[in-house]
Amino acid sequence: MKFGIVVSEGPYTHQAADTAYHFAKAALDKGHEVPRVFFYHDGVNVATNLSVPPQDERQIQKNWTALAKANDIDMVVCIAAAQRRGILDENEAKRQGKDASNLAEGFRISGLGQLIEMGIECDRTVTFGD
Amino acid sequence: MSEAKKFLYVNRKAPYGTIYALESLEVVLIGAAFEQDVSLAFLDDGVFQLTRDQNTDEIGVKNFSPTFRALGDYEVTKLFVEKESLEERGLEPSDLQEIMYEDEDDDWEEKPSIQIVSRSEMADIMSDQDVVLSF
Amino acid sequence: MSTLHTVNKSPFGDSAFNSCLAHCKPGDAVLLIEDGVYGAVAGSAVAANVEARAGDVSFYVLDGDTKARGLAAGKLIQQVKPVGYDGFVDLVAEHDRTQSWL
Repeated sequence: MKFGIVVSEGPYTHQAADTAYHFAKAALDKGHEVPRVFFYHDGVNVATNLSVPPQDERQIQKNWTALAKANDIDMVVCIAAAQRRGILDENEAKRQGKDASNLAEGFRISGLGQLIEMGIECDRTVTFGD
Repeated sequence: MSEAKKFLYVNRKAPYGTIYALESLEVVLIGAAFEQDVSLAFLDDGVFQLTRDQNTDEIGVKNFSPTFRALGDYEVTKLFVEKESLEERGLEPSDLQEIMYEDEDDDWEEKPSIQIVSRSEMADIMSDQDVVLSF
Repeated sequence: MSTLHTVNKSPFGDSAFNSCLAHCKPGDAVLLIEDGVYGAVAGSAVAANVEARAGDVSFYVLDGDTKARGLAAGKLIQQVKPVGYDGFVDLVAEHDRTQSWL
């Protein structure tokens, strides 16, 4: 079965990004597909590569990046939500005249249409938020 | 594209205090282009999103309540509002904005987009969907 | 046709759980996750609401979340079944849709 996942809260403050991660992993372990994870609201903050949590803590962004790489998950960060919250890829940073970008490896920035498309294409859509 | 899916946007949060209501509306507007079978549910504090006379001048936040009145132009015409949620909050249907759409199947007659439904009708609506997106 | 409902907030500080209970239909399942697992504690002020629906709705808790919060199985309402993340995945697959009560 194809599972689409929405993450709608940021890392560390809320458990949502952790639960979504464990859920995605379990779904893949059971032989399901997770074609896409869509990050919305404060969930876009999962995608910053400037997060440096203490080494003995879970590395939320890095874990997602690794999971996506190993399983070919399309991790999409909503552009409108990302721009509000300061998550920019290189192109967006240039376009907006910013001198730095911070989108982590494995994530891409795109529009809300990707969320709707995920709902259409996947057999199930599950939202993790607060 | 294959047959349209039924999408329900569930709104249970009040506007302005958090961004969920606004960002939910942004999904609805973008989603309209995909020509799915879209419904919006307003229950619990979500009913506050639709009240009249919202004026955000002094808080410096954009008043997005007029956008609900434009939903008809996007062919989003099913806004279900839960009666019990209104009553619990001391609201009546007349406290809500008038939101109309032109029914292309009925000689473009103007019809209200808001339908007040009971809690059990809301449960029926929720259980008749393919995709439920919660905000 | 049935729905899996997930609730992630404690019922003692938020209306999501009670609203979920008021909207779920016979044959549906409710999975309590994150702080939602506090809704499964036996003898609490909301336990009766769960027990009242346990005849026609299936209740589950995410095991990792109850353990994290020190809720041993013996402290939970009897009709609530613990599941792991794999069980969560099965529940999503078995029901036609998942509704998150955020």
